[in-house]
Amino acid sequence: MPPKLTRTQLFTGFFQAGIMGFGGVLPIIRRLMVDEKRWLTQMEFNELFSLCQSLPGANVVNLSFAFGTRVAGITGAVAAVLGLMSAPLAIVLGLAWLYGRYGGVPIVRHALLGLAATAAGLALGSGLRIAVPILKVRRNVLLAASVYALAFGLHLSLPLIALLVLPVSLVLAWRAVP
Amino acid sequence: MSANILGQIATLFGKLSLLAVGGANSTVPEIARVVVNQKHWLTPSQFSQFYAIANAAPGPNVMIVTVIGAHVAGVPGGLVATAAMVLPAGITAAIIALLFDKHREARWRRVAQAALLPITAGLVLAAACVLARQSDTGWLTAALTILTALFTWRTKLHPLWLLGAGALAGMLLL
Repeated sequence: MPPKLTRTQLFTGFFQAGIMGFGGVLPIIRRLMVDEKRWLTQMEFNELFSLCQSLPGANVVNLSFAFGTRVAGITGAVAAVLGLMSAPLAIVLGLAWLYGRYGGVPIVRHALLGLAATAAGLALGSGLRIAVPILKVRRNVLLAASVYALAFGLHLSLPLIALLVLPVSLVLAWRAVP
Repeated sequence: MSANILGQIATLFGKLSLLAVGGANSTVPEIARVVVNQKHWLTPSQFSQFYAIANAAPGPNVMIVTVIGAHVAGVPGGLVATAAMVLPAGITAAIIALLFDKHREARWRRVAQAALLPITAGLVLAAACVLARQSDTGWLTAALTILTALFTWRTKLHPLWLLGAGALAGMLLL
C-alpha cells in the first residue's frame, strides 16, 4: 500500500503526468507512479488500473479519482483530478484555436503525423510493460490473446468482450486463487 | 449562449460518462453519432479534426469532449462537457476502488482482481495496435512506432525525448 500523500504531492504529481501525457497519459502516469515516485509497485498499479479500466469512464481519470481517494480522501481525489486535468484543458482549448488558424500548414501537419506515430509506440511500449508481468501466469496468456483478438481483430465493444471472456476468466481465477 | 445549451451538453456527456466502458476511445463512435448526426453540432470533417486536436494535446484522450463543448458553447461549454464526462464515472470508480481496498484480503476480491488482469493485458495491447494502425501510414511512421515501443519497453528514457524526436522526424522526413 502507498504511504499517505498530501494533497500538494497528489496535485503536483498528477499535474506533471497530465502536462506531459502526449498521446495518452497511461505511459507517463505508469512511469511516474511506479518508476519515479514509487507510490505503487507494478503489480499494485496493474490491479488498480485493471479495476479502473473495467469500470465506465476514462481509465486514467478514474485512476486519479480512485488513487486520490485511497491515499487522501475526497479532497485527495479533487487534488489528483484537478492536477491531471487543469493544464491539458488549457492547452487543448489553446490548440483548438491554433489549429483553426495554422492546421493546414504542411510542416505542422507532418510534425503531427510523426507525433501520432510516436504516441502509438509509447502506448505499445507501456502496454508491454503492463502485459508482460500478467502474461507470466500461464492461464492469463490464452485469455489475454482472446481479448486482444476480439478487440483488435473483430472490433467488438468492451461490454461484449467482458461478457464473453470474464465468465471463463472468473472460473479459472476461482480455481487458481487460494 | 443559453443555459439550455449548457444543460444539453451536461445531459449528453453525463449519460455517455456511465456508458464509456473501456475508456473514452471506445465511446468515440457513439459521441460522433449524437453530436454529428443527431444534434448537428458539427460536420463529420470537423469531428475528425477535433479528434486529432484532442490527441495532439497532452492529457487524457477524454478531452475530445472538451473541444466539442468549446465549439458548441465556448470555454464554459468545454468545461461543462469535461466535468459531465468525468464526474459520474470517476466517483463510481473511487467508491468501487475503496470497496476493493476494504476487502483486500477477501477471496472474492482476489478472484475478481485476478480475473480482470488478463483482460487488461489484452485490452492495452489491442488499444496500442488500434492507435498504431491509425497513425502508421507508411514505413517511416511504422518504424517510429516500433522504435518508440522498444525504447519505452526496455529503457527508462523520458517519453518527451521520444515525442520530440518523432515530431522532428515527421517534419524532416515525411
